[in-house]
Amino acid sequence: MADKNILLSEGELLVSSSPHIRAEETVDWLMWQVVIALLPAAISSVYFFGFRSLFLMVLGVATAVLTEAAVEKALGKEITIKDGSAAVTGLLLAFNVPANAPWWLVVLGAIFAIAVVKQTFGGLGYNFVNPALTARAFLLAAWPQYLAGNFPLPLDTITGATPLAILDGTAAGTLPSYLDLFLGNVGGVLGETSALALLVGGLYLIWQKVIDWRTPVAFIGTVAVLSWAFGGNGGLFTGDPLYHVLAGGLMLGAFFMATDYVTSPVTPKGRLGFGVGCGIITVLIRLWGGYPEGVSYSILLMNLLVPFLERWTVPRVYGTKSAQA
Amino acid sequence: MGLRTFVGGVHPAPSKGRTGDSPVVTAPLPQKVVIPLAQGGAPCDPLVKVGDKVQVGQKIGESQAFVSAPVHASISGNVTAIEPVACPNGRTSLAVVIESDGNDIWLNTTGGSSLDAMSPADIKGLVREAGLVGMGGAMFPTHVKISPPPGKSFDAVIINGAECEPYLTCDQRLLVEETESIVLGLKAWLKVTGAKKGYIGIEDNKREAIAAIKAAVTEEKDIEVVPLMTKFPQGSEKQLIASILGREVPSGGLPVDAGALVQNVGTTYALSQAITAGKPLVERVVTVTGTPLKKPLNIRTRIGTLFSDLLSFCELDGEIGKLISGGPMMGIAQTRADVPVLKGTSGILVLSPQEARPLPERACIRCGRCVDACPIGLIPTLLDQYCRHEMWEQATQGHVADCIECGSCAYVCPSKRHLVPALRLGKAEVMAQRRRKK
Ligand code: SF4
Ligand code: SF4
Repeated sequence: MADKNILLSEGELLVSSSPHIRAEETVDWLMWQVVIALLPAAISSVYFFGFRSLFLMVLGVATAVLTEAAVEKALGKEITIKDGSAAVTGLLLAFNVPANAPWWLVVLGAIFAIAVVKQTFGGLGYNFVNPALTARAFLLAAWPQYLAGNFPLPLDTITGATPLAILDGTAAGTLPSYLDLFLGNVGGVLGETSALALLVGGLYLIWQKVIDWRTPVAFIGTVAVLSWAFGGNGGLFTGDPLYHVLAGGLMLGAFFMATDYVTSPVTPKGRLGFGVGCGIITVLIRLWGGYPEGVSYSILLMNLLVPFLERWTVPRVYGTKSAQA
Repeated sequence: MGLRTFVGGVHPAPSKGRTGDSPVVTAPLPQKVVIPLAQGGAPCDPLVKVGDKVQVGQKIGESQAFVSAPVHASISGNVTAIEPVACPNGRTSLAVVIESDGNDIWLNTTGGSSLDAMSPADIKGLVREAGLVGMGGAMFPTHVKISPPPGKSFDAVIINGAECEPYLTCDQRLLVEETESIVLGLKAWLKVTGAKKGYIGIEDNKREAIAAIKAAVTEEKDIEVVPLMTKFPQGSEKQLIASILGREVPSGGLPVDAGALVQNVGTTYALSQAITAGKPLVERVVTVTGTPLKKPLNIRTRIGTLFSDLLSFCELDGEIGKLISGGPMMGIAQTRADVPVLKGTSGILVLSPQEARPLPERACIRCGRCVDACPIGLIPTLLDQYCRHEMWEQATQGHVADCIECGSCAYVCPSKRHLVPALRLGKAEVMAQRRRKK
């Protein structure tokens, strides 16, 4: 009946396991989505802090990407720079320094993030703490003079304190308005100041299903409730939740760093718990710790708890009563 | 909207447009059929020898084992060989090869009966005699499936019209074209099991099928048509029971433990054919489709027809990237095209080389998508690691044995991890260990 050469009697056809179709999303696509989502914040930082900010961001990305390529080459591994994850790390690192930071600080930070934090553990997927945040913590420990204290104020050449430092009482100055906070017209590191721009990017990621809404909602919600409850001087529930939510890199942390796949739980409930934990630690640090700012440390601490969170939040298996670990 | 459904799952493109509305056509009578003797349960012993003349519907293989269904000649002609062949389910089985005499002579059967005239025992006997097996792919002997173990019983029968696998449309067409027969088949399942309520679950994107069945059961108080959310794997037994009855099959248990009997549309149709026309299971509808085919079709064909014959009938035009028996999510890739259609072959899918290009596997980025997708509630990424590192203890605790190998996890994985083979391996190992312990 058939005459074509399709009558293969030998094992000639490609065989592989089901499923034979795959969703279109790839690691590369996901990571570049994050880059896209960071663009509004990047643009607003150039608007508020000038071209020096652009220079630092480009430097961060370039250093991260080159470091990744160099380390992978040296280790004889596949070069994975096109997956975008190094670019994300470089950009996030630059987001965490002020516009007046020396250029070498960004370079060192990016090298540290990629070469030490990411690649020594085996590259994307294996590092258990967030590379950009760990690098930031390292820079802050080594060169605190550039990362704490005086930040350039937007659209201006003078420096000043961050809103949270003023609120905290660790620095003097007048508090900017909610609107300025929301738009980003305040002092701070490059990428954290514009809550609006970060919100736009974050919502984009949720809409594209790149990140799970649970992490940022739990994180921000917890900070709001706790700072309202305990943040005031006049007793319980006299705090200013809006201020705490809009200021101090919470948006950046909640949407872009706490949602880092590699260093947050894979279970949905785990991500919820992760967000709540980040929120609690952030408020603890902000209200009672030595730092006005608590977002980065809270995320780093929670990174370490991920294995436990995953164990406690194993989903219920079909046909069983309760989750079993 | 309140469509009934289950937790987890994925939404692959349905890809049913090319065959969903095309009526079933009957394939030309094959010149040769290859009928494996292992089609459901224990392999049958051949009842014929080389040189014998056989007629359509003649029993050519049977086993003394309870868990086994007999096989029948699907064309009339001469037995030319009894030899081991490769089957599309990946197994090798002894098969009876029949060359057609071109006359299509059917064995004189009783000519059928009516459901009312039959007792439950009669139906059960007929189910076995007709060689019925699960026609969705698993090919488990139906007479065993409808015999609950002592102390257990069915209170609900579900006809699985979900057809959640992309590309496949044979069940959908049967529901539209053979509506009455399927309703009759469902009534027979109800009678034989004593179950009170019958359900027909259909994904809500198959509007025509839902409308046809609904119209046919307006008078039936005990039969309910349940539109289901279009989501894979809606047609998996466990998920269907959860979606329709809101019950779960206990881990390690059987559907009967949830009081449910789930039957495939094709099997139900075959039962009604056996009842009304006395026909054993010698033919089935197969969806033959894929981009390299010029004329994709739903084809009624004889069991034992070679895939290659059907591919030519559908005008294969272009290179085969992958040849799959079944659907793209759970089907089995074939090394060769001269394998026979089995009772459980629901589809033959050809992917183009572009569609079938292998995707490199990358490290897990822990995005959690597989966890969200798993309809069973497993953590595929962790199980994947356990199985690859032979950490059987952890794999057992992680319920790898409950994996239904649906592939939802691998489908969504952005790192394109080969999760299913790893889990399948782990599942086999853990089950083997469990058996050794017993
Ligand atoms: S979907 Fe893939 S990359 Fe994401 S957690 Fe699961 S295995 Fe890892
Ligand atoms: S193949 Fe197994 S682990 Fe993967 S989604 Fe299906 S049931 Fe879950």
